[in-house]
Amino acid sequence: MIGFEPKIIGFLCNWCSYEGADAAGRARKAYPAGLRVVRVMCSGRVDSQFILEAFKEGADGVMILGCHPGDCHYKEGNLQMLKRYVILKRVLSQFGIEEDRLKLDWISAGEGDKFVKIVCEMTERMRQLGPLPR
Amino acid sequence: MTEKPKIALYWCSSCGGCEESVIDLAEDLLTVAAAVDIVFWPVALDFKYKDVVAMNDGEITATLINGAIRTGEQEHMAKIMRKKSKLLIAHGSCAHLGGVVGLANFYQREDLLSRLYQEVPTTNNPQGILPQHETIESGRKIKLPDIHDTVKALDQVVEVDYYIPGCPPTPELIKEAMMMVLENRLPPRGTVLAGKKALCDTCPRIDSKPDKLRIKKFKRIYETEWDPEKCFLDEGIICLGPATRGGCNARCINANMPCRGCFGPTDNVRDQGAKSSSFLASIIDVTDKEALKKTADSIPDPGGLFYRYGLASSILKGKLTPKSS
Ligand code: SF4
Ligand code: SF4
Repeated sequence: MIGFEPKIIGFLCNWCSYEGADAAGRARKAYPAGLRVVRVMCSGRVDSQFILEAFKEGADGVMILGCHPGDCHYKEGNLQMLKRYVILKRVLSQFGIEEDRLKLDWISAGEGDKFVKIVCEMTERMRQLGPLPR
Repeated sequence: MTEKPKIALYWCSSCGGCEESVIDLAEDLLTVAAAVDIVFWPVALDFKYKDVVAMNDGEITATLINGAIRTGEQEHMAKIMRKKSKLLIAHGSCAHLGGVVGLANFYQREDLLSRLYQEVPTTNNPQGILPQHETIESGRKIKLPDIHDTVKALDQVVEVDYYIPGCPPTPELIKEAMMMVLENRLPPRGTVLAGKKALCDTCPRIDSKPDKLRIKKFKRIYETEWDPEKCFLDEGIICLGPATRGGCNARCINANMPCRGCFGPTDNVRDQGAKSSSFLASIIDVTDKEALKKTADSIPDPGGLFYRYGLASSILKGKLTPKSS
């Protein structure tokens, strides 16, 4: 779709992923401006209601980025999120929200490059899917 | 003699179960009926629409409406009843949250109509006629109520003062709500007139619910035999008690069936389906991607299960589809 800049809400955990995004920033890496970051203490804090609310309020895609398994500051918040994510994706498809519109991935504090790559890929995929109808 | 309070009952998109729940008051119905004047109750008593329309605004003390709103006529009547009543009470899951009929919001209206009137094997409709809002028959115009695109809960079309939850509500709750009205001891406006805590809190099986539940596969009830004394979740059977408002006397549990969520979310939860999917996720005992997917797939219709009674009033309200221009 031409001229469509997807809006993406990113929930980034304070300890790894937000640091990773910061690292990308410090290294002056460019990434699509459509990402709106919400810093959370842990990816496990991302209630399914927040995700639905984001889609309702205008997000074309939602990303949750947390620490790699084993690195969670609260031991297994990220794994709780993983389980929630797998079930929620199935529910979302019944709401007509394509699987790819919700993404969970792991970014460590040093992975600025991976952060940029994931945001670019997600944005590209949302461009292909087009705006989420409401 | 002072005038008795006037009460009205009306139904919208409902199955009739909520009407039945009023009859289930049994002898108590006589007590209530003696204390009030029932001025409108189409399903049971012969009043005409024009009788209500002729009443003064606010003349009815309380109106109980059951059923969701899915036609123009229902919306019109809900607005009339709102105007004529001091208190408007949503009676039952459909009026409260959209109810089972609200599951229609996972589909588009056109698909539902063609399914029902053209595709279902038992339908005999060779010309494929679909219901029309307006049609000309022998030169005369006939109108049917228009069917809306989406099903709505009562408070999505008019202001609602109180809610009696349940599919259907228990006679005890209906009686208590009526007594609150008659004795003028209603809680703050907007209150759901049932329990405050989750069903688990009052469940007779709570003592067998482990602190840490661990499930590898969700079983459907036809796949298993379970201990009728033990917490359903501990048996691997999905029970929505942790995400559902209590106050139903655990009637499903007492009938040895897991909770399906008809009392809706508790006060501090916005979206019962989201909460249900989260709490179930939290008790899954695998984190390996493949195994996790298998466990998730052991819930065949998660949307229909988690939103069985509350899709219409959930955050997303139904399937997101491009607006037809
Ligand atoms: S999960 Fe169900 S069976 Fe278990 S305590 Fe809660 S309501 Fe009772
Ligand atoms: S146990 Fe659940 S489904 Fe059954 S009546 Fe109570 S709230 Fe409704």
